[in-house]
Amino acid sequence: MKNDSEMDSTEKQKTKTLNGVQSNGQDSKGKRIDVLKTYKIYIDGKFPRTESGRYYVLKNKDGDILANVCQSSRKDFRDAVVAARKAQHPWASRSAYNKGQILYRIAEMLEGRKAQFISELSDQGLSMAAASSEVAQSIDRLVYYAGWSDKYQQVYSSVNPVESSHFNFSVPEPTGVVSILSPENYGLIGLVSTIAPAIVGGNTVVALSSSAKPLCAVTFAEVLHSSDLPAGVVNILTGHRSELLSHFSNHMDVNACIYTGDNAADIKKIQENASLNVKRPLIYSKDNWMDDSSQSPHRIMDLQEIKTTWHPIGQ
Amino acid sequence: MKKKSKKEDVKLKFNSSWEYAPAPESKDHVKINSSYDLFINGKFTAPDSGKYFDTINPATETKIAKVADANEKDVDKAVKAARNAYDNVWSKMPAKERGKYIYRIARVMQERARELAVIESMDGGKAIRESRDIDIPLAAAHFFYYAGWADKIDYAVPGSKSRSLGVAGQIIPWNFPLLMAAWKIAPALAAGNTVVLKPAETTPLTALKLAEIIQEADLPPGVVNIITGAGATGAALVNHPGIDKIAFTGSTDVGKIIQKSIAGTGKKYTLELGGKAANIIFEDAAIDQAVEGIVNGIFFNQGHVCCAGSRLFVQESVMDTVVRKLKDRMETLIVGDPLDKNTDIGAINSKEQLGKIKQYLKIGVNEGGEMYQSSCALPSKGFWCRPTLFTNVSQSSRIVTEEIFGPVLGIQSFRTVEEAIEKANNIPYGLSGGVWTDKGSKIFKVTSQLRAGVIWANTYNKFDPTSPFGGYKESGVGREGGLHGLMPYLELV
Repeated sequence: MKNDSEMDSTEKQKTKTLNGVQSNGQDSKGKRIDVLKTYKIYIDGKFPRTESGRYYVLKNKDGDILANVCQSSRKDFRDAVVAARKAQHPWASRSAYNKGQILYRIAEMLEGRKAQFISELSDQGLSMAAASSEVAQSIDRLVYYAGWSDKYQQVYSSVNPVESSHFNFSVPEPTGVVSILSPENYGLIGLVSTIAPAIVGGNTVVALSSSAKPLCAVTFAEVLHSSDLPAGVVNILTGHRSELLSHFSNHMDVNACIYTGDNAADIKKIQENASLNVKRPLIYSKDNWMDDSSQSPHRIMDLQEIKTTWHPIGQ
Repeated sequence: MKKKSKKEDVKLKFNSSWEYAPAPESKDHVKINSSYDLFINGKFTAPDSGKYFDTINPATETKIAKVADANEKDVDKAVKAARNAYDNVWSKMPAKERGKYIYRIARVMQERARELAVIESMDGGKAIRESRDIDIPLAAAHFFYYAGWADKIDYAVPGSKSRSLGVAGQIIPWNFPLLMAAWKIAPALAAGNTVVLKPAETTPLTALKLAEIIQEADLPPGVVNIITGAGATGAALVNHPGIDKIAFTGSTDVGKIIQKSIAGTGKKYTLELGGKAANIIFEDAAIDQAVEGIVNGIFFNQGHVCCAGSRLFVQESVMDTVVRKLKDRMETLIVGDPLDKNTDIGAINSKEQLGKIKQYLKIGVNEGGEMYQSSCALPSKGFWCRPTLFTNVSQSSRIVTEEIFGPVLGIQSFRTVEEAIEKANNIPYGLSGGVWTDKGSKIFKVTSQLRAGVIWANTYNKFDPTSPFGGYKESGVGREGGLHGLMPYLELV
């Protein structure tokens, strides 16, 4: 609560200052000037700028500047992997119920900020109708995966009738740290559709947003930040896929790499790099991300390992 | 070092009081040809290469038979036969009929189990006790288990329809030759695929016997093709464009090469690779039982086991007791003729592998490890290694970070549960692990936190067709065995 009130006063302070500037401006009627947002990346529960200090300019279709977007570097990615690794075991140790509630909470927060996402998507070229259906589908997809949180284990586990006197069972466990090259052609639904099945299964992720539509990715990070998701579970970078693709796929402390798209050379590169540490490369080339066919418990299982335990009976 | 430790320890003289008369398994009933061709399209076919190589008995260094060396053209022929069989026969056959063929294979294997066990021990060097009681019965059980799945595939993938992949190229190692062939072929056929299998070059004979069994079971030609050869044959199979899926069991190094070489081809793959398993003994374990488990964990099959418990972690308070009892137990292990029913540890599979093991023994000593070997006599011919353990090793010692694939155990200590888990997980491998304690809740605390695909509690090296097997991290991708072992041979539609 204390933090909240502090933030409130900071906000007030800002507004005041801006109003002050405004009152010195030309508009004598006192028309308010907007407070523009700085779009930053999200690492370990914090919003730093890229360590590289680089940016790229994002414009709308009329050529107006929307934002100076962080052009994340290899170092940013490596920092994010450290955060994701640190967060992985504690996150996986949360109860399934708790993880489900946090995913549901993300959906709630997203619902509450629908207008902002719709406006960002439309700034980046979508019609209002398309933008609003993308946001709605994103919220629904989070609810869908929230519901799987305490169910996929039951569907995919087995008790195995071995011949010897053992209680033998197999259960899914998270693969670990997952790097995600999220879809280029969507600003929000692609990110949500790749992150949700990873984290609901106890993995932690480092995701690269669409470089053409990065605004929602940063705003989505703010949603995550206010949803009781522990720091480091999701890390989101903005930047260029061509620059980061190799690093996302060859890092030795990343267990799986999700690639979305159909560029044959990229796919080959990712699969080759994956062999360095027997990473699991997952190639999603044919998805229509807006469609329900792009959500499935198999997407959760793509990022799970099966562990089989032999427990003695009668000793 | 060896002498010193002998002086310090009070020992029972097991060897002098427990003499065993030789009890060799008879070879009379075994039929082995002097020469084997490639099994392609239901027939034994001379290789295009015209070349053959010898397969020898590692316990005697004598030649058993010569075996065809398949080149690229032979591989192509086998893949085409498999494709033809897939397109025209196997994928069109009602699933329940496919299942009946697989059942037939299981039954004939059971009928010919004794012959298969003897050949397995002759060709690979493993003790007859193991090939007779473990390898062959388990191989038959795998076929029997997956046969029943053939007409029940719809129940294997919840909520989705699935279909077979096509032609599977399968490459298997020399440590469990027939068992690995069963692990590969049975689920592939049950899921509706056809197969080209390449056994390891040092142990091709039981796979070729399996080819005879497949003929006897009257499987349609081309459904299973078995081609022999070394690494080049395997590479030709991996790189053949007509293959839809690769299943490989072997070293992590080769697994990585395969994963890299099929990048961009769209081929699916299962990799079952190396391991360096932690076997963790807590002070509240039944120590004598744990010592048996340690012995089984590392000396089973001469330590040629990817899931071998090669890193032993002992809680500090019982370290001395465990090491003393372990050394005593090692003294009783009988190393020698694989065909003798009393033999515990057979021959090292090949001269090359023995060289690699010896290299690691040197590395271990040079790194400051304290080596102990049992004092048993070794036969004059053949490839042998005494059961060996190292104490005074550190987390970074090469002998406890790299896979040796021999009867060599590295022992480290720990104080707390957390320390044991952290040390156990501190490695790129993640195939298996063991935990020994009488406390049930501690078992689950440890088993749930070990990053490995198979965990044994108060037991070790147990296998079953219904039990999925496979690794985390650099120990591989995918599972073999059980319901989960079907998935890698199916795709969702």
